[in-house]
Amino acid sequence: MNQKETQFFSKHDPKILPKVRKATVGIAGVGGLGSTIAVSLARVGIGKLIIADFDKIEISNLNRQQYFTDQIGKPKVIALLENLKKINPFSEYQVHQITLNEKNIPVIYKDVDIIVEAFDKAAMKKMLIETWITNFPDKPIIAASGVAGYGRNEILHTRKVDNLYICGDEETELQEGMSPMAPRVGIVANMQANLVLDLLLKGI
Amino acid sequence: MKKITVNRNLFDWEENITINEIIKKMNYSSKMFIVKVNGELIRSFEYGTKVVPKNAKINVIHLVSGG
Repeated sequence: MNQKETQFFSKHDPKILPKVRKATVGIAGVGGLGSTIAVSLARVGIGKLIIADFDKIEISNLNRQQYFTDQIGKPKVIALLENLKKINPFSEYQVHQITLNEKNIPVIYKDVDIIVEAFDKAAMKKMLIETWITNFPDKPIIAASGVAGYGRNEILHTRKVDNLYICGDEETELQEGMSPMAPRVGIVANMQANLVLDLLLKGI
Repeated sequence: MKKITVNRNLFDWEENITINEIIKKMNYSSKMFIVKVNGELIRSFEYGTKVVPKNAKINVIHLVSGG
């Protein structure tokens, strides 16, 4: 580690840091959930993040996603890579501008310790979760369901079903034409990121 | 009476009860799910035909859009 890197991690718990630096975590989708998860995990110092999303940034994304006005029109994964490098240049980021499907998911994410599902659409969530359970039954997947609206902190929860973890309220539907709001989607994104640490650091 | 567990709910087991019928009992607002029966992933095309055994432990995860 060079001096700057040592300083970056000087406030981190030395007991857990080696495990965090060795970890590889996948993030599928980098909208409101995924961009927030990536920023948190970069700050934590996860050694390598593997990130995929097909989309480009629109101005309406900025109400909740970790991008800036001068990045509108850029592919989300490219803009996120710029932002993550500005936050923590000491981790490795592998980005893919691609639409994820049953075929490419097992290839792109084959080396991750944990995958985090961060899609917007329920059908994509289902596709990823079922692909993951089928291909990597022993590797954890942390998904989100029910992040829309505001308030109601008390009904947000995490549920474990074998190696599948669900964060959110599992009920609040997206209203037609409305996006989730920054606080609640941010809370759930950070519940997912927090759970990544829990699973990586089990037994320490 | 034989029972089945769906998430944290106990239901009476009925002969030939399918995943679709169990989902209906749960009154979800939309139609995207992950279903596991005794730890085994059940795919959507089986929801109408897969018969649930007595004493089964069923997990239904309701997936809603937003992210």
